[in-house]
Amino acid sequence: MSTVLEVNNIQVVYQHTVQALRGLSLSIPKGSIVTMLGANGSGKTTTLKAISGLLHLENGDITSGNIQFFGKDTRGTPPHKLVRKGLFHVMEGRRVFEELSVESNLIAATYADKEYKKNERLEEVYSYFPRLEERRRQSAGYLSGGEQQMLAIGRALIAKPKVMLLDEPSLGLAPILVNEIFEAIKRINAENGVSILLVEQNAALAFSVANYGYIIEHGRVALDGTIDKLSQNTDVQEFYLGIEKHGKSRSFKDVKHYRRRKRWLS
Amino acid sequence: MEFLLEVSLVGLAIGGVYALIAVGYSLVYRTTRVVNFAHGNMMMFGAYFFFTFAALLELHWSISIILTLLCAAFFGAGIERLLIRPMLGRPAISIVMVTVGLASILHGGAQMIWSAEDFFMPQIFPDAPLVFDGMYIPSNTAYGFLVAVSAIIILVLVFRFTRSGIAMRATAGDQIAASTMGINVPSMFSLTWIYASLTSALAGIVVGSITTLNPSMGIIGLSVLAVVILGGLDSIFGAILAGLIVGWIEAVTGFYIGAAFKDVVPFIVLLGILILRPYGLFGTPEIERL
Repeated sequence: MSTVLEVNNIQVVYQHTVQALRGLSLSIPKGSIVTMLGANGSGKTTTLKAISGLLHLENGDITSGNIQFFGKDTRGTPPHKLVRKGLFHVMEGRRVFEELSVESNLIAATYADKEYKKNERLEEVYSYFPRLEERRRQSAGYLSGGEQQMLAIGRALIAKPKVMLLDEPSLGLAPILVNEIFEAIKRINAENGVSILLVEQNAALAFSVANYGYIIEHGRVALDGTIDKLSQNTDVQEFYLGIEKHGKSRSFKDVKHYRRRKRWLS
Repeated sequence: MEFLLEVSLVGLAIGGVYALIAVGYSLVYRTTRVVNFAHGNMMMFGAYFFFTFAALLELHWSISIILTLLCAAFFGAGIERLLIRPMLGRPAISIVMVTVGLASILHGGAQMIWSAEDFFMPQIFPDAPLVFDGMYIPSNTAYGFLVAVSAIIILVLVFRFTRSGIAMRATAGDQIAASTMGINVPSMFSLTWIYASLTSALAGIVVGSITTLNPSMGIIGLSVLAVVILGGLDSIFGAILAGLIVGWIEAVTGFYIGAAFKDVVPFIVLLGILILRPYGLFGTPEIERL
């Protein structure tokens, strides 16, 4: 299986002082869904921004290592050009254009597609998310959170990406909408052949769609493996999936997270 | 009372021209968050471009207008590329100071190139005043209004329905998100400045025709800035409406209270409105979702 995206040992520094990633590597095989898990501030979003080139807009810099998209180093390529090559970043918090209508939001995303045919693309998005079609003339700012997330993913679909970076698509959504969105993610992967790098807080949800997972701590990969392997791991079960050993609930007194976590890093 | 309608019509016509100038301000502000203090002087340059082509080179007025718009487009793009883009990411006040500096450079430049004398614009509109139902509207004002309104309508249509218009609005809404859509954000900035420069050049031709042409006509830009603030800096529709309101108030106070108050009363009204609505009539701090 060929690799579409490869991150090799990157270090990222913000404002020349704050180190966010300390030698992180990962790779996305063609046609797979890869998930990244980790606590807040462990560097998941930074990794996505490093890949999509948004880092420079936030005063961050990749000080060593490289990122290869279809075998080509992405260094120095501005974000809008990377998107046109098929690397679409769906940012955390949806970031829809609030003052634009739903349809205008989608049309804005057609800039990412070089040979774009308006109606055909829009219809595909509407077939994934019929709800967007109902509201296509409304301001995106007045959509519900779930609908905005659909719109954010719909914009990515318009662009016909080869790789999609999804940053916490379930953030702040009602469970029923989360299911709908994850069904769509699965379909996009299966039907459109889009490889996906998924960042999620909800590990069980991420495991339900992904093939491979990375667990990130303090800007490095602490653990990685296939989803089957990861979900067998007792630490992953305890810290990410909330499954306790022997089915007994434990008191916080007995838990020394810091000591347990250290084992991973050795 | 019989003059009220006539005076109002003239006021609204002038207001339409204000609106055209105001739209240029809010275009640039919406996309780049820069209050362009040089806008009035860019307008003045537009007027001189036309004057150069039509009066000095004696070209036909239609050719002159096309050439003027071309020059204005390059002028706007050049200003953005050379002066504004290197300042990206700097504090807003620094960028604003650059435009203030640019304003005086343009003012001085115009004096050097075309001298400080008053010129009359070559006549492009028909001479006879328009007569509605016995009410006279001076020809330049009336046709100027039509020019302004058509330019604004074209602009609004471009923004609503073309792909590049949508991209410009997207860029105004969220630059980072826009760049993840494959939109080239810096080139959208250039495009915005080009549109602003085009509107200002048209406004310059109209204002120059209504009054006379001299390097200080850019001052009108500053009073229009007040109009823009009244409408809400980031609202195109607000700019249009506020332009009409200020034009009307000016005309009515000029006629009924006295010409000396013409410049004062609109600002008093402006102050009152801003106390009640600090973001202007239509300026939205943001859409808040509940």
